[in-house]
Amino acid sequence: MVKRALPSRDELFELLDTVMDPEVPVLSVVELGIVRDAVATDEGITITITPTYSGCPAMREIESAVRGAVEEQGFGPVEIRTTYSPAWTTDWMSEAARQKLETYGIAPPQRTSDELVPLMRRAASVRCPYCKSTRTELKSAFGTTACKSIWVCNDCRQPFEEFKAI
Amino acid sequence: MTSPALFSYLLRLADDRLVLGHRLSEWCGHGPILEEDIALANVALDLVGEATLLLKLAGETEGQGRNEDALAYFRDALEYRNVLLVELPKGDFAFTVARQFFFSIFSLLQMQALQQSSNAELAGIAAKAVKEAKYHVRHSAQWVVTLGDGTAESHERAQRAVDELWRYTGELFLSDAIEQEVASAHLGVDASTLEAPWRAQVSDILSRATLTTPTVGYMQRGGRDGKHTEHLGHMLSEMQIVARSYPGASW
Repeated sequence: MVKRALPSRDELFELLDTVMDPEVPVLSVVELGIVRDAVATDEGITITITPTYSGCPAMREIESAVRGAVEEQGFGPVEIRTTYSPAWTTDWMSEAARQKLETYGIAPPQRTSDELVPLMRRAASVRCPYCKSTRTELKSAFGTTACKSIWVCNDCRQPFEEFKAI
Repeated sequence: MTSPALFSYLLRLADDRLVLGHRLSEWCGHGPILEEDIALANVALDLVGEATLLLKLAGETEGQGRNEDALAYFRDALEYRNVLLVELPKGDFAFTVARQFFFSIFSLLQMQALQQSSNAELAGIAAKAVKEAKYHVRHSAQWVVTLGDGTAESHERAQRAVDELWRYTGELFLSDAIEQEVASAHLGVDASTLEAPWRAQVSDILSRATLTTPTVGYMQRGGRDGKHTEHLGHMLSEMQIVARSYPGASW
């Protein structure tokens, strides 16, 4: 492996910003807030990541994609650390990332609330990513992946997914 | 870091979620409607995910080189520490809903308290689990109301499920030397302190569902000491067979 100058934290984040989430391929693992830290020393590169959900099946693939992206640039050895604290939240998602989600056809997450609601009240209306109507209805809080819920638009009749606030 | 009490405690937390997660996964492809099939699989995934993190931490705490897979696949029923409630066969949909409801409310209370654990790893796992458990509580409580306050048939099945499961709920709140030791070290929470808030929340939802909260009676116990129903062994044989037939296999 070619020895190169140590990359800065910013350079590593820039590099990892090219690694897309396997389930939401319009957002990078940096935009999603999965990458928490990146440190380069003479001993190697340490990347700290945090899972979105405890059982997210994509974590292993994300880990290997992150490792691959760093090694491809000639840096290494790469150590991936996993942290659970602070717990991942969709509140970390930037406005730009939310915009990308909506353009892709997934309604962006609402802001999280600490309120414990034992019964589902009428969920705040989510805007249809297709026709922008707010006459939408929650079909199920659990969607095709752990991070999404299923909605249907009562105007354009299109079912769509929402990135769940967590 | 070796702490026999903490290791035992982590096994309790992990085994409750692993066994219930596996039971729920048995609904995959059999849910009453497509959305519900997906929802049950999602909840199962959360529970198995939480169990994985807890078992990993348990293995590190034990310090004998056992990882999460070794603890999940190479322990026999006698070594499992889950409550009996979670190992019972999945029953009909009402039975599964009632069990998820009882467990989710318990789990949310337990994980909320564990966010303050002096063990930073456990506190971090708990903070994640709280977010997931909130969705589980909402989902199961909604179904309890839908079934209880539904048709005569759904009401009758929901009430029967609540009545059948009630005698397995007492074990969730058993206090013993392990619970007390981890609580006094601020590592864990003594489960007995969760009983009053659990009862209040459960009765509230049951009454909204027009269901009767059973009166306190005889409570089954044994799981925390490894004395299980005959159902756990059968479940584990299915869950563990691949790992035991092909040890170390990967794909």
